[in-house]
Amino acid sequence: MNTPINPGDTAWILISTGLVLLMTVPGVALFYGGLTKKENVLNTMFMSIIAFAITSIIWVLYGYPLAFGGDIHGIIGNPTNILMNNININTPATLAPTIPALIYIGFQLTFAAITIALISGAVVERMKFSAWTAFVILWVSLVYVPVAHWIWGGGFLGQLGALDFAGGTVVHINSGIAALALVYLLGKRKDTRLLPHHLGYSVIGASLLWFGWFGFNAGSALAANGLAASAFLATNTATAAAMISWIILDCIKTGKPTLLGAISGAIAGLVAITPAAGYVTIPAAIIIGLITSIFSYLAISNLKPKLGYDDALDVFGIHGVSGLWGSIATGLFAAPFVNELGKGLFYGNPGQLLVQVLAVVVVMAYSFIVTLIIGKLLDVTIGLRVSEKEEIEGLDTNLHEETGYRL
Amino acid sequence: MKRQDTDYKGGSKLKAITAIIRPEKLEKVKNNLVEVGCYGMTVTEVKGRGRQLGIRESYRGKEYHIDLLPKTRLDIIINDDKVEEVVDTIVKSAQTGDIGDGKIFILPVDDVIRIRTGERGEKAV
Repeated sequence: MNTPINPGDTAWILISTGLVLLMTVPGVALFYGGLTKKENVLNTMFMSIIAFAITSIIWVLYGYPLAFGGDIHGIIGNPTNILMNNININTPATLAPTIPALIYIGFQLTFAAITIALISGAVVERMKFSAWTAFVILWVSLVYVPVAHWIWGGGFLGQLGALDFAGGTVVHINSGIAALALVYLLGKRKDTRLLPHHLGYSVIGASLLWFGWFGFNAGSALAANGLAASAFLATNTATAAAMISWIILDCIKTGKPTLLGAISGAIAGLVAITPAAGYVTIPAAIIIGLITSIFSYLAISNLKPKLGYDDALDVFGIHGVSGLWGSIATGLFAAPFVNELGKGLFYGNPGQLLVQVLAVVVVMAYSFIVTLIIGKLLDVTIGLRVSEKEEIEGLDTNLHEETGYRL
Repeated sequence: MKRQDTDYKGGSKLKAITAIIRPEKLEKVKNNLVEVGCYGMTVTEVKGRGRQLGIRESYRGKEYHIDLLPKTRLDIIINDDKVEEVVDTIVKSAQTGDIGDGKIFILPVDDVIRIRTGERGEKAV
């Protein structure tokens, strides 16, 4: 408690927290909502928004204390601050002593919430709303909280030196893999075509994601300083590069540039740079961005049809795959003169790459298996999937007695 | 309520013209119809397909066949003797010569009632 709380840092994290909130409410909600059929637009948006609300409550009850409390054997945090007990307005954050603990908690909450909201994109148009709300509670508690602790809260992966600046592993690989596990249990929709009913919504949603991502990545410096500035510029650079490379891939494959391709590429770039943002140089950000679209594009256009899973809005293809590349790329490109905490293979430290691979494998395995168990449990109790009639008629009228469009 | 013209026995000389055109041609068709003295019409946004069965769209590298395309439908009720002129105007204004220009249907109309006054037949148009 020797470092005083810094007003500049505090102001930046307050703003960043608001920015990351905007990514889910309404960023992800709009991005996903525009891509579904018009009969499911409200249900799709609702899944993101309810996920944010539920996570908000879990986080202040026990989520934050378990994820970021004093480490217990590298596995979980010591929940001494349950119900925000012993935290007052002047308590500094343990892991970022120049800002108040309360805003650090809020900042981390927005990360937990977007992670679970992202998963919804894979399961839309067929999952029961009741099953989804139960899934949110169980998944945030049993998957997000421990994984966040392992990497960010002082747990074993962080202790081994795994680098994840803003959530390539904790947020994107974690949600992408969980999405895959959940669609495996849910099965295919009757109509698996991706025919966006309102692409304009998705463009607004993706734009808000891009905007909010500056809170996500530059905010993850946890201070208003040069590192935040570096992360900011790396983020924007990789995003632009990934958008351009996705558009080129579109032109090669179908002969025309598409707007959905452009925003998908932008998101892939944002995801890929997330773990690397505060560790890499700007030229490295260009390379990370250019390459990530190739991986995500191939996963969506080749791997998905080959394996036959119905990841409706490509949560695995974009977040899982680009998150994977970004986390590995961090082990390659991390430059010690950007951030002394990171030294990658290209700067003479192959060990970093190995640690990155280890962290990725551990999180993938844990997220996949525990998501399967949670999903199976819900399937045999409340049931994961809506009835065939409800799926065909649309979820909005059947589950919510509302429609998105009155004509 | 205004009294209905109950003397009218139907069998009017009116025709219904239903035209399915390209949406982007609507303005031109409308304006040119005014010039030949055809004012009233009902316009609807519709979807349809013709023999070539639609177009191709692609999303995230996957191509889809979209067989119902957006079209605009005009419904016009007009006197028998003006039908040729109106049809001519629509064809001239909406034609591009490419596939997808649309169709015009002409049907007999038994009767027309103006709701405001209760008038029937030709004078109700």
